[in-house]
Amino acid sequence: MFLHRRTPAGSPSTRNSTRARLAAAAVVPALALALTGTTAACSAGGGSTAKADTGAEDTTPVTITFWHGLSSPHEVASIDAVLAKFHQKYPYITVQAVKAQDDDKINQAIRGGTAPDVASSFNANNVGGWCASGAFQDLGPDIAADHVDMTQIPQAVQSYTAYAGKRCTMPWLADTFGLYYNKKLFAAAGITAPPKTMTELADDAKKLTVRNPDGSIKTAGFMPYFGAYEMLTEHLLPSWGGSWLKADGTSNTASDPAFVSALTWQKNLVDWFGADKLAKFKAGMGDEFSAQNAFETGALAMMVDGEWRTAFIKNDKSDVDYGTAPMPVADDKPDLYGSGFVGGNVIGIPRGAKHPAAAWKLVKFLTTDPDAVASFADAIGNVPTTLAALDSPDFTLAKDPNFATFLEVFKNPKTSTTPASPNGGAYLTNFGPFADKWQNGKVPDLKAGLADIDKQNDAALKLSQ
Amino acid sequence: MSTPILPARTFRRRPAPSLLVPPALRAQHRRRRIRVLLFLSPWIVGFGVFLAYPLVMTFWLSFTNSDMISTPHFVGLRNYRYLLHDDPLIWQAVRNTGWLMAVMVPTQVLFALGVAMVTARLKAGAGLFRTVFYLPALAPPVAATVAFVCLFNPSTGPVNRALGLLGVHGPLWFDSPTWSKPALTLLTLWGSGTMMVIFLAALLDVPAELYEAAHLDGAGPLKRFRFVTLPSISPVLLFATVTAVIATLQYFTQAMVASQTANGNIQASPGFPGGSTLTFSQQIYVAGFNQFHMGYACALAVVMFAVAMAFTVVLLRRGSGFDIEEAAK
Repeated sequence: MFLHRRTPAGSPSTRNSTRARLAAAAVVPALALALTGTTAACSAGGGSTAKADTGAEDTTPVTITFWHGLSSPHEVASIDAVLAKFHQKYPYITVQAVKAQDDDKINQAIRGGTAPDVASSFNANNVGGWCASGAFQDLGPDIAADHVDMTQIPQAVQSYTAYAGKRCTMPWLADTFGLYYNKKLFAAAGITAPPKTMTELADDAKKLTVRNPDGSIKTAGFMPYFGAYEMLTEHLLPSWGGSWLKADGTSNTASDPAFVSALTWQKNLVDWFGADKLAKFKAGMGDEFSAQNAFETGALAMMVDGEWRTAFIKNDKSDVDYGTAPMPVADDKPDLYGSGFVGGNVIGIPRGAKHPAAAWKLVKFLTTDPDAVASFADAIGNVPTTLAALDSPDFTLAKDPNFATFLEVFKNPKTSTTPASPNGGAYLTNFGPFADKWQNGKVPDLKAGLADIDKQNDAALKLSQ
Repeated sequence: MSTPILPARTFRRRPAPSLLVPPALRAQHRRRRIRVLLFLSPWIVGFGVFLAYPLVMTFWLSFTNSDMISTPHFVGLRNYRYLLHDDPLIWQAVRNTGWLMAVMVPTQVLFALGVAMVTARLKAGAGLFRTVFYLPALAPPVAATVAFVCLFNPSTGPVNRALGLLGVHGPLWFDSPTWSKPALTLLTLWGSGTMMVIFLAALLDVPAELYEAAHLDGAGPLKRFRFVTLPSISPVLLFATVTAVIATLQYFTQAMVASQTANGNIQASPGFPGGSTLTFSQQIYVAGFNQFHMGYACALAVVMFAVAMAFTVVLLRRGSGFDIEEAAK
């Protein structure tokens, strides 16, 4: 009605202009929104990609946001403690920590132009994508300007936190994998030491397995079924010294004999148990991160897992009498014994960060300050990612022999990881269903299957170019 | 108003008699049209921002190598070529989605129709039964799926225990590539209360005289269903089928949650076990949000849109009881 009053019946030209104005009223907001959308989509908020370093002298009070994935109360308290130390050192920087953030949320925020100043992730699979696309800023200039000593970070750790020569993340504690074994069940089966080769592992697994009268599994000596907790191809492959990608980033599954050896070993053990019996047993295993974890309840005598389990066993008040050892290795690769798989948390500065200079100070502090790294690793039971922190007297967990195993594995020069790729580890996603089919006997020709995986991985890689 | 000659465009668009309409009335028409447009403008803005613009952008991005972070580059038909020749998982996703359409949609429609027919005839306790059958539809999909997977857990779930008491060796359900899709179908049947309510309304709308007349003519229950019920409810049947087909094409949440809950591994790749629950829309999600292949994800989305459109058009044209010519008028 107000429109009626504003434009009483006038000449055709008035009429036309009214119509135009009306159309504009309807279209302009849409267009404006659309344009904002386009800008956001194409430049991810248009944040500075070049370093806007204001220098170390700039002490203007600033508040930065920091997203991390930790969520349980004791972990959040540990974060708060280390951030308090940071604030003590840089009183003019206040950190607003946001818990329980995952990679999907980080990607969304970067795409939407609402990225935090600092973001961390539990797994390094996305590092390749983040570096290649520029979603995370290149930290190289800052590292050079501050003369950060990168040699204090082990080589394998350096490799999963950078991609194609671009360091867009720093390692923030690591996860190292090894073998957990139940000492009580070992003694009952007359086994005196943890297995060192894959043949020994299979033999011990058979000795330790107890079945119900109907043939179903009561206690599993080892769980060879892929997808059960941390039993994944990527955690098994280092025992054969296999590598996923060639130096040029193309797929290596068919060319590397390690894949055939590892998968054959695994399938033989699966067949001994019976794939359907393992599937049923797996479905009945309690939640991995709960006190019902099958190893913690004694239903699983051996398993491959990360160093964090030592803290969970303690926190869950499990009475399992256990020991840890490096993962057994292929019979023909004894020199690999002592090494293992390492992966870890990464931290960086997303594109669109509002205070990159202050953000870098936080990243540097969390990842290279020996006290900060050691005390935080101690608090949440992870492996520190700098040599100084590893040897620090503040790092009390090193005195626990079950934890020390993982520190040794971590320091081993042959310890390896999954390589970064620009498509967020699509080569692992492609492999998952294949491994599942393989263990259920649905892959008639292993070599042909692996060649197919190569083709798929390489085609996916081309999509990113 | 002293301009007797209207602009050419207006003249062509308007039917001739409008020239005879007095100017005052014409102004009133115009004002009414403006008012209508004004009231429609929230929808126009919404349509533009949330439908037209994303559709156009999706179509454009499907020809680029966009990762939604760096500037996209035009790559021609590369994404579509990858879809047809190289994507390792897409055909499995297509087969799975096809299975769901071929089995889940008819089963769901028949089940909902069956339940509706039974509850429509109930004399006592009709309200209670209708409520009971409708209730599951209120459960949030994620919660319902998690609960279902736990109920069907092969070693600890009550379903297999009950089957065991009857001497039946229960299958692995969500942990078996053979049984995972039937298990998802059961979940859909359990939650098909909304469709049941729509059928119920249609069934109760069938005039009782028709049944009486058919009865007098000697038609048995089957014939009454075939010649009275079915023709009367066919538009509703068609509506239910079309919406179910579209929903199945976009089947995502339940398959995603079921495979993750059953696998119990936080890094699980969708489709557990063995890719048997990987659907087309999951593949879109994985490509776009996990693997930085947003351009390819857009190509998949375009294909899904085209397929959904084709199915809808074919169903509407084939469907008896819904005259598309009539609808056009």
